[in-house]
Amino acid sequence: MLEIKNLHVNVEDQEILKGLNLKVNKGEVHSIMGPNGSGKSTLAQVLAGRESYKVTEGEIIFEGKDLLELSPEDRACEGIFMAFQYPVEIPGVANTYLLREALNSVRKYRGEEPLKHIEFVKFAKEKMKIMDIGDNLLKRGVNEGFSGGEKKRNEIFQMQILEPKLSILDETDSGLDIDALKVVAGGVNALRSPERAFLIITHYQRLLDYIVPDFVHVLVDGKIVKSGGKELAYELEDRGYGWIEEEKTAANS
Amino acid sequence: MSITLSEKDNGYIEGFAGFEKTAPGGSLGWLKSIREDAITKFSELGFPTPQDEDWRFTNVAPIARGSFDILQNGQGKVSASDLKPYQFEGEQINELVFINGRYSTELSTTARLPKGVIVLNLAEAIDSEQDILEENLAKYADFKDEAFTALNTAFMEDGGFIYIPKGTVVEEPIHLLYISTSGETPSITNPRNLIIAEDNCQANIIEHYVSLDENIYFSNVVTEMVVGENSSLGHYLLELESKKAFNISTLRVQQARSSNIRSHSVLLGGSLVRNNVHPVLAGEGCDSLINGLFMSTHRQHMDNYMKVEHASPHCDSRQLYNGILDGRSRGVFHGRIIVHEDAQKTDAKQTNRNLLLSDHAQIDTKPQLEIYADDVKCTHGATIGQIDENALFYLRSRGISKEASRDIILNAFTNETLESMTVDSVKNYCANLITDWFNQRKLAQKS
Ligand SMILES: Nc1ncnc2c1ncn2[C@@H]1O[C@H](COP(=O)(O)OP(=O)(O)OP(=O)(O)O)[C@@H](O)[C@H]1O
Ligand SMILES: [Mg+2]
Repeated sequence: MLEIKNLHVNVEDQEILKGLNLKVNKGEVHSIMGPNGSGKSTLAQVLAGRESYKVTEGEIIFEGKDLLELSPEDRACEGIFMAFQYPVEIPGVANTYLLREALNSVRKYRGEEPLKHIEFVKFAKEKMKIMDIGDNLLKRGVNEGFSGGEKKRNEIFQMQILEPKLSILDETDSGLDIDALKVVAGGVNALRSPERAFLIITHYQRLLDYIVPDFVHVLVDGKIVKSGGKELAYELEDRGYGWIEEEKTAANS
Repeated sequence: MSITLSEKDNGYIEGFAGFEKTAPGGSLGWLKSIREDAITKFSELGFPTPQDEDWRFTNVAPIARGSFDILQNGQGKVSASDLKPYQFEGEQINELVFINGRYSTELSTTARLPKGVIVLNLAEAIDSEQDILEENLAKYADFKDEAFTALNTAFMEDGGFIYIPKGTVVEEPIHLLYISTSGETPSITNPRNLIIAEDNCQANIIEHYVSLDENIYFSNVVTEMVVGENSSLGHYLLELESKKAFNISTLRVQQARSSNIRSHSVLLGGSLVRNNVHPVLAGEGCDSLINGLFMSTHRQHMDNYMKVEHASPHCDSRQLYNGILDGRSRGVFHGRIIVHEDAQKTDAKQTNRNLLLSDHAQIDTKPQLEIYADDVKCTHGATIGQIDENALFYLRSRGISKEASRDIILNAFTNETLESMTVDSVKNYCANLITDWFNQRKLAQKS
């Protein structure tokens, strides 16, 4: 589904990703872990199409298409969704309004009719239940005055509505208490299917107890330096990242 | 015979001498002396210059240098169908129509008013409502210090007169529609509105300035609004003058105890526009909401000047002004809040947000708090920026096109100021104007 080859990315003329390779197949859950500033969010943003992140080398193929050719909105319509590490507040734009516009844009792209208001409400209600989202959050401005936990739940709620093929969660679990974490994990698991894939960026193995990954990758200094199964997450939790870097230096010398 | 006003050769004084002979109510002593005081003041004051602190950002030289006719037979050929685009859909309305500053009986309708409410044009009210006029006219708007108010007061001849007796609710809005059809030579009108609501009244008044062609003219407007105890009034100023026109308007509001007002201004037209809003919260427990939206492009200059005077305790005022500036246009927000010594427990808040859509547009924003009481809460804040790139990317990442995302963000911005409008038909009318503005901008960008 997704293939990233030798990806180099600059942010403000500084190289952040330095030759990253990653392959994600349908139905898989990949987790990416790594120290602060290693480039995890950069990867997520580049996948979503943020223009200030400049790809200087490499390619990204998504479902047979050159992803780098597509605008952010077309990527979303093709089925890519990123849950932001820091969701943006947009006062004056009602949350429901955004959801409907987004869903109908995606439907239009796929050549489907827009959902009627009633149908939309019914659809949204189901998802609200899963994500424990109340009516009041729906009416408020997008993320306006939301608590940290509400923002994160709202991201996953949007994901539920858009039903993407590839979901990228950028530290959606950070700062959540255990109850909120379970809700978020429940939202992800409800979408899991053999057709969908997930890229879960996290610092904590805790989330992976609820969303069990098929692969865990360690991103250090703009490259994936180690990959493994879910046990790697436990090891990282216990030992930190230092030992991987030592391994790497040892291997290089 | 037409009268021409200009600074050359004492034109304003000479023009006044001619004007005075035929002016409505010219024979009434009290009115004559107000007009004469006003022209004297005007000639002493002269037009303001950027050296004047209140006019630092707005140079009125194009007006001062100009020469303007007072049109005598300016009714032109305006028919009911010409008014259509400026009427509010779905609204039963009381409407006074003025063509080039003068009342048109044929085009006006005032059939839907509750008992006791008087809605007339000023020229007629000068004859029939002398007592109320003598007591109120020019008693609030300061023609001793403000040149444009002095000019208006000297040359006032027509406008809206609205009187609402005690305990009256006027359900349907009252629309004062000023249409300009001025000819090739620049002309001036001095619309003068007087709105008086006694205690426990409720009403909405809309002042609306439009043009049927793109000529140069100068609308110099003064409105006095006297609000009785516990009354609630909404005032709307919709400024859609011709692209070449000058519009200077002053709204002076006098609020009695426990009254509340909502003032909304929407500035879209004109080349040089200045909107003064000056409420005096004179009684205890008043509430003032003063909102404005201005959208400028090309070389338009739009100046929003406020003087919110807290003169009594326990009053609240809220100002929210949003500006969108494009092209080489220039905007000004100058918000003065004056809290007098007795006005304890004042709660005043002022917000001005500006979006610059072009690198060449410019905004000057100046809050000015003058506080003479010690137990007050006054806050102000101003922002100037471009469209928030993070918000734009967020919406696009949800599948919404770039153009639609921009529209959503811009609409949210303009909606902030429309939200508090309580007359839905006017709110919708404004929303349509805004949509047109954005559409024209897009067309211009494509071509
Ligand atoms: N907009 C930006 N401008 C300048 N530098 C940036 C920008 N965005 C990211 N960077 C830099 O790029 C590097 C990688 O940042 P990134 O956000 O991808 O890290 P991360 O792995 O997500 O870290 P964290 O775990 O703290 O979220 C950091 O050094 C960061 O300072
Ligand atoms: Mg990050």
